[in-house]
Amino acid sequence: MTVLRSAVDRGSDVFRSNREGMLARLAALDDQQALARAGGGAAYVERHRSRGRYLARERIDLLVDEDAPFLELSSLAAWGTEFTVGASVVTGVGVVAGTECMLIAHDPTVRGGASNPYTWRKVLRAMAIARENRLPTVNLVESGGGDLRTQAELFVPAGKLFHDLTALSAAGIPTVALVFGSSTAGGAYVPGMCDYSVMVRQAAKVFLGGPPLVKMATGEDADDESLGGAEMHSRVSGLSDYLADDELGCIAIGRQIVEHLHWRKLGPGPSEPSDPPVHDPEDLLGIASIDLKVPFDPREVLARTVDGSRFEEYKPLYGSALVTGWASVWGYPVGVLANARGVLSNEEAQKGTELILLCNQTDLPLVFLQNTTGFMVGTRYEQRGIVKDGAKMINAVTNSSVPHVTINMGASYGAGNYGMSGRSYDPRLLFTWPNAKTAIMGPEQLAGVMSIVARQAAQAAGRPFDEEADATRRAELAARVEAESLAPHMSGLLYDDGIVDPRDTRTILGMSLSVCHNNVVAGTRGYGVFRM
Amino acid sequence: MIRKLLVANRGEIARRVFRTCRDLGIATVAVHSDPDASSPFVAEANESVALGGATPAESYLRGGAIVAAAVAAGADAVHPGYGFLSEDAGFAAAVVAAGLTWVGPPPAAIEAMGSKLAARRLMGDASVPVLPGEDLTGVGDADLESVATKVGWPVLVKASAGGGGRGMRVVRRPRDLMEAVAAARREATAAFGDGTVFLERYVDEPRHVEIQIFGDAHGRVVSLFERECSIQRRHQKILEEAPSPVMTAALRDAMGAAAVTAGRAIGYVGAGTVEFVLTPDGEFYFLEVNTRLQVEHPVTEAVTGLDLVALQLAVAEGHPLPPGALAPELRGHAIEARLYAEDPLASFLPSAGTLSRFEVPLDAGVRVDSGVESGDTVSVNYDPMLAKVVACGSSRDGARRRLVAALRRARIHGVTTNRDLLVAVLEHPEFADGAIDTHFLERHPPTSLCLLPPPGSAQVRHSVLAAALADQAAARRAASVWAEAPSGWRNNAGDPQVRAYRYRYDQGPARLEARYRRGRTGWWAEVDGTGIDAVATTVEPGQVELVESGVRRRYRVETEGDRVWVDGPDGSVELQREPRFPERGAAAAAGSLVAPMPGVVRRVQVTEGDLVERGAPLVILEAMKMEQTVLAPVTGTVTAVPVAENQTVAAGATLVVIHEGGDAEAGEGAGG
Repeated sequence: MTVLRSAVDRGSDVFRSNREGMLARLAALDDQQALARAGGGAAYVERHRSRGRYLARERIDLLVDEDAPFLELSSLAAWGTEFTVGASVVTGVGVVAGTECMLIAHDPTVRGGASNPYTWRKVLRAMAIARENRLPTVNLVESGGGDLRTQAELFVPAGKLFHDLTALSAAGIPTVALVFGSSTAGGAYVPGMCDYSVMVRQAAKVFLGGPPLVKMATGEDADDESLGGAEMHSRVSGLSDYLADDELGCIAIGRQIVEHLHWRKLGPGPSEPSDPPVHDPEDLLGIASIDLKVPFDPREVLARTVDGSRFEEYKPLYGSALVTGWASVWGYPVGVLANARGVLSNEEAQKGTELILLCNQTDLPLVFLQNTTGFMVGTRYEQRGIVKDGAKMINAVTNSSVPHVTINMGASYGAGNYGMSGRSYDPRLLFTWPNAKTAIMGPEQLAGVMSIVARQAAQAAGRPFDEEADATRRAELAARVEAESLAPHMSGLLYDDGIVDPRDTRTILGMSLSVCHNNVVAGTRGYGVFRM
Repeated sequence: MIRKLLVANRGEIARRVFRTCRDLGIATVAVHSDPDASSPFVAEANESVALGGATPAESYLRGGAIVAAAVAAGADAVHPGYGFLSEDAGFAAAVVAAGLTWVGPPPAAIEAMGSKLAARRLMGDASVPVLPGEDLTGVGDADLESVATKVGWPVLVKASAGGGGRGMRVVRRPRDLMEAVAAARREATAAFGDGTVFLERYVDEPRHVEIQIFGDAHGRVVSLFERECSIQRRHQKILEEAPSPVMTAALRDAMGAAAVTAGRAIGYVGAGTVEFVLTPDGEFYFLEVNTRLQVEHPVTEAVTGLDLVALQLAVAEGHPLPPGALAPELRGHAIEARLYAEDPLASFLPSAGTLSRFEVPLDAGVRVDSGVESGDTVSVNYDPMLAKVVACGSSRDGARRRLVAALRRARIHGVTTNRDLLVAVLEHPEFADGAIDTHFLERHPPTSLCLLPPPGSAQVRHSVLAAALADQAAARRAASVWAEAPSGWRNNAGDPQVRAYRYRYDQGPARLEARYRRGRTGWWAEVDGTGIDAVATTVEPGQVELVESGVRRRYRVETEGDRVWVDGPDGSVELQREPRFPERGAAAAAGSLVAPMPGVVRRVQVTEGDLVERGAPLVILEAMKMEQTVLAPVTGTVTAVPVAENQTVAAGATLVVIHEGGDAEAGEGAGG
């Protein structure tokens, strides 16, 4: 395989301004993530600790293997909403006893760990990842249940949580509940639906109705230990399988449970040498465009991402706005589709389709590196069948059954987002660089289109067109679309699995592929590879 | 002429003798006990014979079996080493009787020196100065004080047989005498089967100075100068040197002459040592003759350039002493340190286990005679000496500094040793000045010598960090998934990684916590809440390099179970990993005191007010034809027993109420 060469000029103005811009965005990202880490704020954190309890992230740190990484997901969930950034829950993939597990930890410092609509979306996304990738799932429970202020939005989708938990179990994916505190009302079904449950003495409280509700409903005076204490559930109801003396004990038992699963991954695992790239990943900060109108060569990204910077390019001379080929990350062989010059025209769509089919034939996972402004428009392209060619690519992406991992490195506009395995196309994992934007089209184009449509409508109605008002409207619209297409906004809506530092791309891809290999890696069969 | 030699010993001395045999082209035979079967000394011999058994009595003390082994292997000579049968006249006679060459003095000389009392008498008759002393055989309690006064106070009560300090007692006041004599008799009878004891003048601040003598079969006996062995713990030498720092030419001549006289008096042939006590005012008195090669013979070899084992073999073959031995020259200074597998901080308790690493740097002027190698098991059956490290130099101070450096840089993992104590003594100003006597370690007990660097010292802090970084590197290397990811990687930066270690300090154990994080450009770290401003340039499971203010230091890290040894430029630090999750037994709870099922109480084994240990049986319940014993889940006081024998109880009925802890203050802990 060819070792990619680099033509990056670290002294160029573009490189320097990209780097500055990216560092500013990373600093902003860290500020937002700090909000998620801060949970309910210093006072609530202090109160929680004073009860001798660990924070959600501390519980995770103790649950995962010593010095093992933790891939946090959706850390900006609920960004830009009235709810705390992070949506009062921490989710992510961690290695427990050598096993990649989906970890879901409620943050009890945020409104007692109560769930809001974003919490449910985040948890459901985590469980979807667990299901698709066959990850044992550990719930670290301490939640007051639903945030009753949002019950109308919550109640119906919340049911899906218990549905999905037990569906995981039925799919052969073990589920564990470690109950550190309250898990009441609906929350009681988390230990109820999990295959294993561990409760902390004097701390776990699991009941459908607490003392006030019981009093209201039946007039019974009951204390919460006998209604749902860990001792009671361990000795009387049997809802708890293990009684832990304290949080550390609970976590240690949780680790033992995962250990006894003797989890075997079903994928073939890594097969290639996993030597690091020969080019410095630090350069990615200067390579990724801050001004998305400026394209950049994705080979420079691959040269800093894939094993040994080795890349075998497929059809290098055909449809050159899309780079396709084969490489490996952490030894996992992959097919790669990467946008080189934003737009996808007929050749790019055909080439991409072919690579997807080829990788399905040989059961190779696909990595999509998005930086696309969409499919080409214009008479010439329409007449050459750009809709048909784009449809082929979307068809191929949709019906591809090998795992997809998508990184949005810049623009992800229009149907290009779909063809490049955007969110709706169910990539196993999708991460975004901080400079990225996702929208139906670029903000200026969208505002321009709206302006033209308005002008035409005015003309048709014989109304005078207010140029000044149009300019204002256009600017406002462009600004709004711009804001809505920014990475934190999209991430806040759970349209990706997280915003990541470009320098971590190799690590993210390696972990993601390793996660995917927990399940069978098998391509779609049926027809041969069509030569488009 | 000796063609094949059997060494009736083990460990370092067997290897020492074999080495000279190889030099001389003599074939070698080892004998060994079962636990020694794969010891280095056995592997180094040309042939070996198993004696069976583990204890010395079952193996190295079985003279008959050893002679049979020599005959079976076709050996023509036997070297006894030191200890075991080396001073057993009967064994020497048996060897000779079997037609083999005995590498040692004639049995009669051994016999003559075997009884200390007889030896004293013999030496007194030969005009060798002996401490005033009196045999107590037949002396009644009433006469003890007058005998002691005749000897001169203070007195030492000594057993005639045996050695090693057993049966010895210093008595300073007449009223303590009777009891001391009785106790010494008891002890001597028990240990040596001979209750003969005698009184000897006791010297305060004595130095132990001995003369190496050598005799040949042609009537020549020479002195190979002195060794000073004053640094002792419980009468066991740990540091020996030649020459003695207080020796003068005149004194050396006088002591040498006395020793040669002693040797001649008993017709000595071979290597022997005449031990003297040297008083602060330069008077010396005969103590005893050791009729064998001494443990500390290498210091004499270092300052004379002679190979004492080669001399022993030559003399045993009947050759006269060579010119080099007849006119020996004393050059330079040598100090030997005995490395023991023992814990100076725990009353010198011997330590056993697997010596996972044993490496002493063989720098110029350093000699290591060791019985063990990395990976060997240190058994409790034998003397816990691992090795002798000998350093020589043109001056005493040069030898001393070399020895300190070698000991400090030695990597000794797996068993606790006296290495730090040796270093502390060697570095003590009194030792450096040569102001030593046999009570040195009583004046400066191990706990006062600051054997270990304090937990807050840079050495310990750096060692803890090195251990943590090496441990994390090992953990990452062993990871079955995500091993390629950076250590502790997070995409939403959180708390640093943590590893905690226990450090056993003289003043009690300390818990030290290393917090560290792998950044994009390097490691951030702190130990016990204080940052370490060092850059880690190498981080591997076995090795960590830290650069602090431009100074690079290498720490080699080795682990065995939860023990970690960090060997850095300032020496070795032993740590113990703190478990990540506290160890605890099964979560036994007060509730186990309720009847687990309906049944009949067959026996009640406690009553109200009883103190019970955790796990003690309280009640035996019979249900469904099965007996079930209800055990105490905690240690505490029984505060109620609401059931009686033969009572039928329902499931969940309270059987016993225990209040955890000692006091019977009512509280939780109840079972119902």
